[in-house]
Amino acid sequence: MKKKNALSLIVLVILCICLMALAACGPGGSGSSGGTITLATTTSTDDSGLLDFILPVFTDETGWDVQVISVGTGAALQLGRDGEADVLLVHARSQEDQFVADGFAESRHDVMYNDFIIVGPDGGALSHNNDIDKTFSDILTQNLPFISRGDESGTHTRELQLWDSLGVNPEDNENYLESGQGMGATLGMAAEMNAYTLSDRGTWLSYANKGDLIIICEGSPRLLNPYGVMVVSTTLVPAGAQAFVDWIISPAAQELIASFGIEDFGQPLFFPDA
Amino acid sequence: MFELLDRETLGIIILTLQMTLLSTAISLVLGVPLGLWLDRVNFKGKSILVLINRTLMASPPVVIGLVVYLLLMRNGPFGSLGWLFTLQAMVIAQVLLLTPIICGIVYTASQRSSSHIRSFAVTMGATKWQTQVLLIKELGNEIYFAAITGFGRAMSEVGAIMIVGGNIRYHTRVMTTTISLLRNRGEINQAIFLGAILMLIALAIQIIAGILRKRERRTDENY
Repeated sequence: MKKKNALSLIVLVILCICLMALAACGPGGSGSSGGTITLATTTSTDDSGLLDFILPVFTDETGWDVQVISVGTGAALQLGRDGEADVLLVHARSQEDQFVADGFAESRHDVMYNDFIIVGPDGGALSHNNDIDKTFSDILTQNLPFISRGDESGTHTRELQLWDSLGVNPEDNENYLESGQGMGATLGMAAEMNAYTLSDRGTWLSYANKGDLIIICEGSPRLLNPYGVMVVSTTLVPAGAQAFVDWIISPAAQELIASFGIEDFGQPLFFPDA
Repeated sequence: MFELLDRETLGIIILTLQMTLLSTAISLVLGVPLGLWLDRVNFKGKSILVLINRTLMASPPVVIGLVVYLLLMRNGPFGSLGWLFTLQAMVIAQVLLLTPIICGIVYTASQRSSSHIRSFAVTMGATKWQTQVLLIKELGNEIYFAAITGFGRAMSEVGAIMIVGGNIRYHTRVMTTTISLLRNRGEINQAIFLGAILMLIALAIQIIAGILRKRERRTDENY
């Protein structure tokens, strides 16, 4: 009886090891299944509904299925480095250029841009304006509550660049908080706490629970938010990945992008610039 | 790697312990009597109550998080407390998750053995209160199990506290929400490192609890 137990224990352990080994090779092989490419992109393109709008057309026209992983730009680039994604659609220009410089992609192409806005409480200390420097320095000097994404996403990267260009440390503001969460969750927190935050316009327009928040600052050229697309060098499906890049910068797809959002929000959310 | 154990990480670990110990303690205070009561009483709707308890044992943390969020939000019924995105909110959400589990375990355990303990207590002429104390003592092992189950759930939970705590740096960021954030940032190594620390802390607490439990049993036997 005891021997039997020991034997079954050994079998169990071996089974476990086999399973773990299988799991370990799983991700490496998953990219190779013919007809499917993996697109790592930022939460903003997915949350806004843009991908649901354009990807079915791509699949129809080219026959390639697209599997979308939407994470922060930092995580999307890491997926590219790890070889877990075939194509990247992200928005943090400096990090993208580094990605190309490091040899993880051959080139980067402009796709579209949208813009960032500062939102904050209606009737609060700041009123609507288009001077991003003044808005940010007012938030700092008046200790106004500000919620930073704090997640190394494209939006967070841009926010830090804006503070940096003022030569200030945002953490000098005792009401500067980091949520470490996505744009939607952070907007919800700002609405709840009557705080200011930097958001991309797309997520702002499609976010349902705005509370007393309004747009405080918009229209500065420094708030433009360009998206780039890259084929990851290590992709196992270069044909599909290249097809996606060629398609998204084609005039037809660019027109499709320009038309997205007009029906629901009365204005486009993304402006093509390939 | 040890540079990761900086001040911020230590703060996160302390906050995590504060939250888990507090929620487990409150849930025990609520759940144990509730389980004993559920075993003692007998009325028509009891089976429905038990069914509700069993269902709540499986309540998804995200849903509990949303419910607490709605209760505590500025325009919600308890908005004036200003507890959203604080430790209090996280503890409330966890208590809602843990209490049904603890109550359910205690109820199931006492179903098995409470009738002889009760009749024994009655023959010895114990008061109602003394009977309860005796029951809790006799069910010590099961209550201990309920406590560590609840503690484990509190320590590993992320969905509810992410929503009601907001994962605010230096304020409501605990170990699980930090791990989730690190993963979103693509910093997998640090995430795993923090996960390992979490497991070590869980191990340490189980060992301490085990020693305390043993010592308590020894003193019991001395009577």
